[in-house]
Amino acid sequence: MTQPTQSPLDASEYVYEAPVRLWHWINAACIVVLAITGYLIGSPLATQPGEASDHFVMGYIRFAHFSAAYIFTIAMIGRAYWALVGNHHARELFSVPLTSKVYWTDMLAWVRYYLFIGPTPKPMFGHNPLSRFAMFFIFLLSSLFMILTGFALYGEGAQMGSWQERTFGWVLPLLGQSNNVHVLHHLGMWVIVLFVMFHIYAAVREEINGRLSLVGAMISGYKTFKK
Amino acid sequence: METFYEVMRRQGISRRSFLKFCSLTATSLGLGPAFMPKIAWAMENKPRTPVLWLHGLECTCCSESFIRSAHPLAKDVVLSMISLDYDDTLMAAAGHQAEAILDEVMTKYKGNYILAVEGNPPLNQDGMSCIIGGKPFVEQLKRVSRDAKAIISWGSCASWGCVQAAKPNPTQAVPIHKVITDKPIIKVPGCPPIAEVMTGVITYMLTFDRIPELDRQGRPKMFYSQRIHDKCYRRPNFDAGQFVESWDDDAARKGYCLYKVGCKGPTTYNACSTVRWNGGTSFPIQSGHGCIGCSEEGFWDKGSFYQHLSGINQFGVEANADEIGLVAGVTVGAAITAHAAVTALKRASNGKAPTTSPDAPATRQE
Repeated sequence: MTQPTQSPLDASEYVYEAPVRLWHWINAACIVVLAITGYLIGSPLATQPGEASDHFVMGYIRFAHFSAAYIFTIAMIGRAYWALVGNHHARELFSVPLTSKVYWTDMLAWVRYYLFIGPTPKPMFGHNPLSRFAMFFIFLLSSLFMILTGFALYGEGAQMGSWQERTFGWVLPLLGQSNNVHVLHHLGMWVIVLFVMFHIYAAVREEINGRLSLVGAMISGYKTFKK
Repeated sequence: METFYEVMRRQGISRRSFLKFCSLTATSLGLGPAFMPKIAWAMENKPRTPVLWLHGLECTCCSESFIRSAHPLAKDVVLSMISLDYDDTLMAAAGHQAEAILDEVMTKYKGNYILAVEGNPPLNQDGMSCIIGGKPFVEQLKRVSRDAKAIISWGSCASWGCVQAAKPNPTQAVPIHKVITDKPIIKVPGCPPIAEVMTGVITYMLTFDRIPELDRQGRPKMFYSQRIHDKCYRRPNFDAGQFVESWDDDAARKGYCLYKVGCKGPTTYNACSTVRWNGGTSFPIQSGHGCIGCSEEGFWDKGSFYQHLSGINQFGVEANADEIGLVAGVTVGAAITAHAAVTALKRASNGKAPTTSPDAPATRQE
């Protein structure tokens, strides 16, 4: 583990390895496609004129949704694999040190900072405690929830006996019935939209106002500490 | 006990008609031609199975549907194939006489009769909201189910609870699987179920002496493995993006998809769009009204029949997922804007970027 040096140059650390960066942007693109097409599946566009055979609007929208969902899921599996073989920052997404006292002390400092009642906490190259909490409990868990419910719903269309239905069909009775799963899947989209809002705001704010380069870090991989 | 075939012959049905019936039954159950002789053999050799049909809290729509079965005719099922020994709506006997038959069948065919339940038991006030022969229905249900071979739960009442179990469910009506936990239960939901589905399920059980293959929720796969949406004849309009926007608009007259006016076809498992109703005449969507999802659990409590996005009724506020999401999004957006504004103000008043300590960032020890 590299401790930042006291050199005249800005301290920086290679935090996001290439696969993580690639995953981040694929994931971001998938979320944009999934949220837009998903919304349009729930609230379709205005009616098309003419014969049904001339159009395939819902078909294309659903195709885009399902394709993006497959990419999202496979990318998530790849990301989980990278947590095993990548650097220690790559593992931060998948766990929260809830039992660590230091974690909660840091958490308090960051909450106070964001409420404008505390000083700027000591920056860290990894996720700060608040963002780590949100990454795991909001982003990761809702993503997994969306994958589970999404494939269960896809299994309905893929028909009984399809691998999607055999693998994920149990989700439907677990959550009551098909309609409940549709509604929860829909709400899950909104949870992820809220996460994206917080995520982008926090990253941009830290980039401008904080002492770490954050937005650029997801492109270059380096987080740089601004003196 | 007579076999099905003997009864049919006694009723003047020719062997030719009998064999036709067997092949028709095989087809309606989705079985190949090879099964026709098996059905014929079974009907020639097996004694008829007694069926006891109990009625709890219900509206009798299941019985009304059942007696309108066209393939096979309910007459054939009731008179030829099953021995419907107790059904207080259809039987001639009444009062003590009727209840005596129940006891007689239960002792004579112990462990060998089928129990069909229409309606469900209320549990509040010791079950006093539904009294049969002077006793709460729940007692009769438990007593008769004890020695039954298998149990069919007719309709959404017996399967899910239906309207009497809708919120706030004052009588605490529960589906029968909450009361009977030690027997195989075949759920045939719907309000009512389709007649041909009902007779088809019975025919299958009597012919093959086993319960049909069930899905995860206990419904026969042969009739409940697909959604209305999967076989809907308006599905091409859905895929094309052609929707009825409001009642009686041009799209409604052209027969476009009813998704936007609340059709629950995409979330409802039933055979309406394939078997249809009243001898294959029509079904709700064909008549221009969306599916209300009557064969799904708790369909009364899923908000309006005319909105496909269910209402979410929490904290006394009724809204759908989009309304909730939009409010949350706007709130968070406003909070972020305010937070950004405060950040900018603090930054401006400090005159420089806030720096508190010159120390380098800490890296977490793993």
